[in-house]
Amino acid sequence: MPAPLARRTFLKQTATGIGLTALGELLQTSGHAAGEIAGFPHVTPKAKRIIYLFQSGAPSQMDLFDPKPQMQDKRGEDLPQSIRNGQRLTGMTSGQKTFPVAPSIFEFAQHGRSGMHFSKLMPHMSKLADEWCMIRSMHTEAINHDPAITFFQTGSQLAGRPSMGSWVSYGLGSENKDLPAFVVLTSFGSGRPDDQPLYDRLWSAGFLPSKHQGVKFRNSGEPVLYLSNPAGVDRETRRETLDELATLNQSHFQAIGDPEIQARIAQYEMAFRMQASVPELTDVSNEPESVLEMYGPDVKRTGSYASNCLLARRLAERDVRFIQLYHMGWDHHGGLPKALAGQCKDTDQPTWALLTDLKQRGLLDDTLIVWGGEFGRTIYSQGTLTADNYGRDHHPRCFTTLLAGAGIKKGFVYGATDDYCYNITENPVHVHDLNATILHLMGVDHTRLTYKFQGRNFRLTDVHGDLVQAVLA
Amino acid sequence: MSFCFPLKPLTFAVGLTLAAPLGSRADISFNKDIRPLLSENCFSCHGPDPAKVKAGLRLDSREAALKAAKSGEFAIVPGKPEDSQLLRRIASKDSDEVMPPPKEHKTITKDQAALLTRWISEGAPYEGHWAFLPPSRSKVPALPLGGNPVDAFLQERLKKEGLAPTPRAPKETLARRVYLDLTGLPPTSGQLRAYLEDADPAAYERMVDRVLSSAAYGEHMAIQWLDFARYADSHGFQSDYSRQQWPWRDWTIAAFNKNMPFDQFTIEQIAGDLLPNPSREQLVATGFHRNHRLNGEGGLIAEEWFIENVIDRVETTGSTWLGLTFNCCRCHDHKYDPMTQKEFYQMFAFFNSNEETGILGGGGAGGARSGNTDPILRLPDETQQKRLDALSSEIAAAENALKKESPGTVAAMAEWEPAFKAQLAENTELWIVPETATVSSKAGATIERLADGSFLLSGKGTDKDTLTLEFVLPQGGFSSLRVDSLNDPSLPGNGPARGGKTGPILSALEAEILLPEAKAAKKVPFYRAEASSIGTGFSIKSTVALETGKGWAVETAKAGAPASAVFVAHTPFPSDGPLHLKVHLRQDNGGGAIFGRVKVSFTGQAPALVHLTPDKTLAPIRTILAVDPAKRAAAQQAALRSFFVAHTDNMERRATESLQVARDAHKKFEESLQSVMVMKERAQPKEAFILKRGEYDKPGDAVGRGVPASLPPLAQGAPLNRLGLAQWLVSDQNPLTARVWVNRAWERLFGVGIVKTTENLGVQAEWPAHPELLDWLAVEFMHPTLLPSVNSLPAQRWDMKALQKLLVMSAAYQQSSKVTPALLERDPDNRLLARGPRFRLSGELLRDQALAVSGLLANKVGGPSVRPYMPEGVWDETSRYGDLRGYKPDAGEGLYRRSLYTIWKRTAAPPSMLLFDAPTREICAVKRSRTNTPLQALSLLNEVTYVEAARVLAERMVREGGATPADRIRWAFQQVTCRAPQATEVGVLEKGLNARLNRYKTLHNSAKDLASQGASKPDAAIEAAELAAYTLTANILLNLDEVITRE
Repeated sequence: MPAPLARRTFLKQTATGIGLTALGELLQTSGHAAGEIAGFPHVTPKAKRIIYLFQSGAPSQMDLFDPKPQMQDKRGEDLPQSIRNGQRLTGMTSGQKTFPVAPSIFEFAQHGRSGMHFSKLMPHMSKLADEWCMIRSMHTEAINHDPAITFFQTGSQLAGRPSMGSWVSYGLGSENKDLPAFVVLTSFGSGRPDDQPLYDRLWSAGFLPSKHQGVKFRNSGEPVLYLSNPAGVDRETRRETLDELATLNQSHFQAIGDPEIQARIAQYEMAFRMQASVPELTDVSNEPESVLEMYGPDVKRTGSYASNCLLARRLAERDVRFIQLYHMGWDHHGGLPKALAGQCKDTDQPTWALLTDLKQRGLLDDTLIVWGGEFGRTIYSQGTLTADNYGRDHHPRCFTTLLAGAGIKKGFVYGATDDYCYNITENPVHVHDLNATILHLMGVDHTRLTYKFQGRNFRLTDVHGDLVQAVLA
Repeated sequence: MSFCFPLKPLTFAVGLTLAAPLGSRADISFNKDIRPLLSENCFSCHGPDPAKVKAGLRLDSREAALKAAKSGEFAIVPGKPEDSQLLRRIASKDSDEVMPPPKEHKTITKDQAALLTRWISEGAPYEGHWAFLPPSRSKVPALPLGGNPVDAFLQERLKKEGLAPTPRAPKETLARRVYLDLTGLPPTSGQLRAYLEDADPAAYERMVDRVLSSAAYGEHMAIQWLDFARYADSHGFQSDYSRQQWPWRDWTIAAFNKNMPFDQFTIEQIAGDLLPNPSREQLVATGFHRNHRLNGEGGLIAEEWFIENVIDRVETTGSTWLGLTFNCCRCHDHKYDPMTQKEFYQMFAFFNSNEETGILGGGGAGGARSGNTDPILRLPDETQQKRLDALSSEIAAAENALKKESPGTVAAMAEWEPAFKAQLAENTELWIVPETATVSSKAGATIERLADGSFLLSGKGTDKDTLTLEFVLPQGGFSSLRVDSLNDPSLPGNGPARGGKTGPILSALEAEILLPEAKAAKKVPFYRAEASSIGTGFSIKSTVALETGKGWAVETAKAGAPASAVFVAHTPFPSDGPLHLKVHLRQDNGGGAIFGRVKVSFTGQAPALVHLTPDKTLAPIRTILAVDPAKRAAAQQAALRSFFVAHTDNMERRATESLQVARDAHKKFEESLQSVMVMKERAQPKEAFILKRGEYDKPGDAVGRGVPASLPPLAQGAPLNRLGLAQWLVSDQNPLTARVWVNRAWERLFGVGIVKTTENLGVQAEWPAHPELLDWLAVEFMHPTLLPSVNSLPAQRWDMKALQKLLVMSAAYQQSSKVTPALLERDPDNRLLARGPRFRLSGELLRDQALAVSGLLANKVGGPSVRPYMPEGVWDETSRYGDLRGYKPDAGEGLYRRSLYTIWKRTAAPPSMLLFDAPTREICAVKRSRTNTPLQALSLLNEVTYVEAARVLAERMVREGGATPADRIRWAFQQVTCRAPQATEVGVLEKGLNARLNRYKTLHNSAKDLASQGASKPDAAIEAAELAAYTLTANILLNLDEVITRE
């Protein structure tokens, strides 16, 4: 640690832009930046970082990724009992007298050499058909949003478990010393602008030390809480007060001897550095117009999905390990065609841009991209089925998740569903399997990333999870 | 229960894991040395969960461990390590043979293997898990000089370790330590002076007594209890609506302050409702188990969430009182603790008979001030109770009046029937559309009258509007109105509303009538309203004020068909001449929910003839009337009677209406009263089942109520309900409750528990640093002999104040927290307490301290939660659901209350509390981590709370601190640390202050900006530059490690 009074030199350095040093290191307690997992890596890591594009509310798989043209003939017919097969329904449709089949009104086409299907709502993402791995056989256990998202992100439907990002931060530490290991970015959707809320719990460290909780970059106001000095206090003045503070703390350390005091001094220094490094990170004014254009017009609106995608790329460039985006608004119980189009407009181009941008910079090779929601939607219409309108209820039995980037098989479709897109017919992938696979790509054996709490060793995948070998390159 | 162990008294081995390496010690203790090894490495396959037992071998009990495994081999042969397969398999190099198997990623070290070998050589003795055996009163070692029994135990150990305690901390440090630890606030300068100036040897004890009798003590104790109780001001889950559970929070503060014994504290919270003649306070106490989250997401399956809530109660009870993790047993038998899945559901059975649905709002208890869900308890104050009593009497009077009037109905019917038959026979057109009408739109819409008499609106007024229509009614009188909402191609989406998004919403309908001879118009009261369709949550009656509600929302799902509503006047207005009628259609909802095309018609016919679909309604009446009165069936007579009472003007109807008015008034007033959610047992217990894999829809065998067999049984004759369970928790025989409580009290005061895992005292618990002390404290807590009196009140059983006083009176507690590198290396976690504890303050305490030392603190106990400063948008960034959005800070007092009163929204909890390791309060949390991060530094440096506190402290420096900068710095330094600064410290601060003074003199605007942070007005008598400079000095002081930390 530098002597406290030598910091004026440091200020000059920051002023000339050399300030980004050990932020990540000191975001961790007492400068402990390395992971806490024994024997890492357990396998050769393919991904250095993850960008998790969570589509909150559950996108409709049969309107986007899993075409069921055979349903056109069944339009309006009641869903056969043999297909539903006792499946529990939410209270929103369990009272419905009929379950009329609602074929998608969106046309599908095959793309790329792989011939992967995308609906016309995805004109940009479909251009990357040969990059994506599409898992059509995802399934989960929960049927309501809150428990389902919690399950996806923490491996348990109940509150109190660490999120995946916290596990990764805990297990692997920070790759880059300048920023936290786990950053969260959120955006509202335009498809259903008021839906669905998110909760602090989703990026909470649960029972892990709370330093591993995701740092949520705010979608309005300052990107990090309390980052700016109060009005009337400039950077130089803050520097001086911190020097005074450090001098006094150091002299108290001499008297008391508690090393925690020195850790505290270091944290205040790190806070000062963050005041420079975070604005530098979020300032996109130097991005060339061509890059901004790629992400689309929304990129200029702070807190939009497009702007978060650009920020995700900048975080990836800085080797932040776990970059978690949440885009809200995919819960289309009614008025699906219009709402879904809105959501796709929000996300299609920016997602394509993010992948393309990463690829151009050579970052896609060691970045894992995940795109998907917490469950799927029903083939039958919730509410009245009309020529151009329908809604779909929650459906945990099958849905689609997309993967791309580090260690992922390109242009590959995995798993299949029945004619009604209601049941999986081959290669089911459970949430725990997906999570085990994600950890594997980070070089982690999911059975070995554990934390002892209340006398028991906990892990992200509980006592489940099988690696999905087939989707690996 | 297959887990069994010899119940012999415990012998605690001396020595600790801290120093000596394992294997080289004189005595081996099963509990301390062997069980943790077996539990960690073997029990997951060879432990208490029979479903997981491999190779037929269990190692969790001696009896089972000595039996032959499936293979016929013996894992443990007492006295014969060479024949014991366990040792051979541990040492094996064969990856198929070696234990634990490589896939478990667990290893047994050589030292540990040696220890196991010695243990088997010595006969492989087992002991029951120490925490499941009742604590015995350990013998207190010889009392050291100037210490109490606590020191006797600690110092005996220190001596063995060759360590000496650290001298007592300075009085200033002690004052700050005691006040922060027991009240959560630093001492005021008066409180500090009182102690510093008291030279009597008993001065310290007198201070402790004063502290324990302050109201702030209860507030401070409550903070941790709120974490345990997962208390919050919102329901959690995605919509996260508000709730009003603060009366329970205030109950806990009061209970701590009146030093309610912990056994009573327990019984009232778990089962206050089941006590004989429970007081209101005892019912409020049961709010403890209503503090869990409540889900209100659309499409929920109620039974699923009913079960989640009950499970939450089981887990919370286990963690809070027993230090056990019941949650493992939800799906399977416990892997470490002797607890089966069946036993879990036996505990579950105690909590599943509450009168509740399991989901938010399930009980329909609405009301303006309540987001609370049944069962609830209303909490009227004295005046409100009087009003409530008066309203009840009015109901009783109205009931009597109705009783008096109803016998007359038979005669009235007989008189009415012939006339009504005649009216029926006439069968004239019911509704008349007046030919002439004047109409005006408040919003200035253009109105066109169409051929069918309806009005079509266009032009201005696309948000809200009130239409006023004036009709001249031809002769025939007036009794009822009809409103039709119609479609029209000129409207967005063909109508019916002008806005196009939702259907029209008629918020209110008012009518005035001018009778032929009258001079002034008269308001028309209505008594009946019907609509052909209406949106959920709306009420047609509310449009004419017959009940409260949002009016008539024309259902959009039926947009294709016109919708109609009829409104029947309380009494008809018969007339031979023309009548003038004025009708106001108020549409206040906004968003274009206004009529696009509307028709108003009227009738003068008898109310009994007026219906939305007269043919349908009257058909059965016609049938009855056709039958000779003497020959009518009882059901027919009853039907006709109800029709008569409801649709004509008669005495019974009037009495019924009066009764309804009285009931509505009572209900409305009652719902305006503060409430709290409480427990209320069903008359018949609800059956409980083992749930396969813990899933709500997979019930297995039915189970009754019961406690785990590895713990003592319920007392003979105890009630088999929550009350019996609560009494069991605090019975003398329960080995856990007292240990858990004293261990956590220890953790609060000493930083680390005697058992470090304060959250878990099960088999996987860490071995206690001072086992005899823990047991002695636990027994002393239940049966005090040496606990001190507090403020001359002798210690009672389960006395929380006396127990804490004992701890803070110990010499160990009073030691300086100064540490040498050698001691730090020897005992980094300070488990031996050769020095005083030193740790960072919680988020609540940091904020409260800043408010207190600046003088901003509003010291008021209890009441509804308040809204201090919060960065804009925290509630809205990730949610547009629920009523907790658009956070607006309070004005005045609410900004400066203690942090435990800050409104807590579970899905977006106060961010500065989360930064300092507070849990989200979604589930019971019995332990907080204590981290040190740059985000905390940013909060303490920049958050408006702290900047404002610094500025107000700066004002006091200038006003009260003396004449010179150095004097003022000294004054403020003592304010925040309790001690006088050293000259060098003053020097550093003075130099900085002077530099800033000079700078801010040239930066007038910056100085003003800084000095005007926060809602309180800066002292105008102090020059802005001076105030800004001092503000930053105060800001530095509030960020000193010494201030953030309790030393």
